[in-house]
Amino acid sequence: MRELIKMVVVLTVLSAFSGGLLASLRNGTKDKIEYQQLKFVKGPAILDIFKGAANNPLVDRFKIKDGNVERSFFVGKFDDKLDTVAFESYGKGYGGDIGLMVGVNLNTDKILGVGVTTLSETPGVGSRAKTDPDFVAQFAGRPLMETFKVKADGGQVDALSGATVTSRGVAAGMTDAGLIYKRLKPKLEEKLKTFSTKAVKTKQGEQHG
Amino acid sequence: MAKSITQEFVKGLWAEIPPFRLVLGLCPTLAVTKTVQDGIGMGMATTFVLVCSNILVSAMRNMIPSKVRIAAFIIIIATFVTVVELLMQAFTYPLFLSLGIFIPLIVVNCILLGRAEAFASKNGVLYSLADGLGIGIGFTLALASLGAVREVFGSGTFWGTPVFGSSFHPFAFMIQAPGAFVCLGLMLCIMNLVGKK
Repeated sequence: MRELIKMVVVLTVLSAFSGGLLASLRNGTKDKIEYQQLKFVKGPAILDIFKGAANNPLVDRFKIKDGNVERSFFVGKFDDKLDTVAFESYGKGYGGDIGLMVGVNLNTDKILGVGVTTLSETPGVGSRAKTDPDFVAQFAGRPLMETFKVKADGGQVDALSGATVTSRGVAAGMTDAGLIYKRLKPKLEEKLKTFSTKAVKTKQGEQHG
Repeated sequence: MAKSITQEFVKGLWAEIPPFRLVLGLCPTLAVTKTVQDGIGMGMATTFVLVCSNILVSAMRNMIPSKVRIAAFIIIIATFVTVVELLMQAFTYPLFLSLGIFIPLIVVNCILLGRAEAFASKNGVLYSLADGLGIGIGFTLALASLGAVREVFGSGTFWGTPVFGSSFHPFAFMIQAPGAFVCLGLMLCIMNLVGKK
């Protein structure tokens, strides 16, 4: 009986201690991890979209509730005006979800640029969606609120040769981005009216050393 | 127990170097040695967990009832693995991305539980520290050398910089899974030939 109590006590104390340690460590590193994820996963696509912006879009961001999910929006400052945002949408590819960062101008509703953030497509085939800049470049300048389809399906998107499933996934992701934008545009405009940039142009990554 | 602390440390570097002599911890050894950086990163993460868990297990060895010792060891190891995972995400994110799932998988690495059970639970804190450090550094060296061979032949680079002229065609087989097995087999063979004498 004494042994049983000892076993329970030792394991409980050990678990409680490790739980407490991990919880506090998690709290301590949360912001840093979020920033690192932004910088290395979404960062390249965001900075590419907002090339030449006067602010740091990775720092100037906010969240808007869209039904049950919270979406992050990144704000770009051009000519002293805050009228461009970028956000992420997903399309189903061959090897899983393809993450797309879509930049849009709120005045014209036109696409500023598109970048692929995450994908797990076949290397050398579907992965060209990310490595071939010409593929996503074709979206720039188009109106966002339309249905995107690849040309083989009677649409306007030039597919990657040999990677139709990936191209369809990207087109579906773009269509979804249009729907998100349509849904949230009023909220976005309201938010941008009161939004102010946190920092003047800083070198990428300086914020968190 | 007549061995000195130095002997406990040194044995991990050659006589009991984990992947080559004990043939333990093969999962990360085969999976993350595509490049030297990945090998060293993985080795250092494992070393950190090994040293910390060895110290704690050894310090608590008289408190832990023998019937639940494995459960207690696993809690200790899992805690330190999560610490490493969080720290890597916060400070060396690119390395975390390239090691991926193998960081949380350190928890099931046989070396850790093996050292806790076979050594730390029977020896004092200082000896356990030396043992953990030695085995950990040995593991890092093994991973780094395997990574170096695979990176040089598989991608034609060392630590990211090209070592051959542009005419060199990388031997892509080496950075895939079969290349890892062949490479490890050859290294085991060399180790055995050298050590036989």
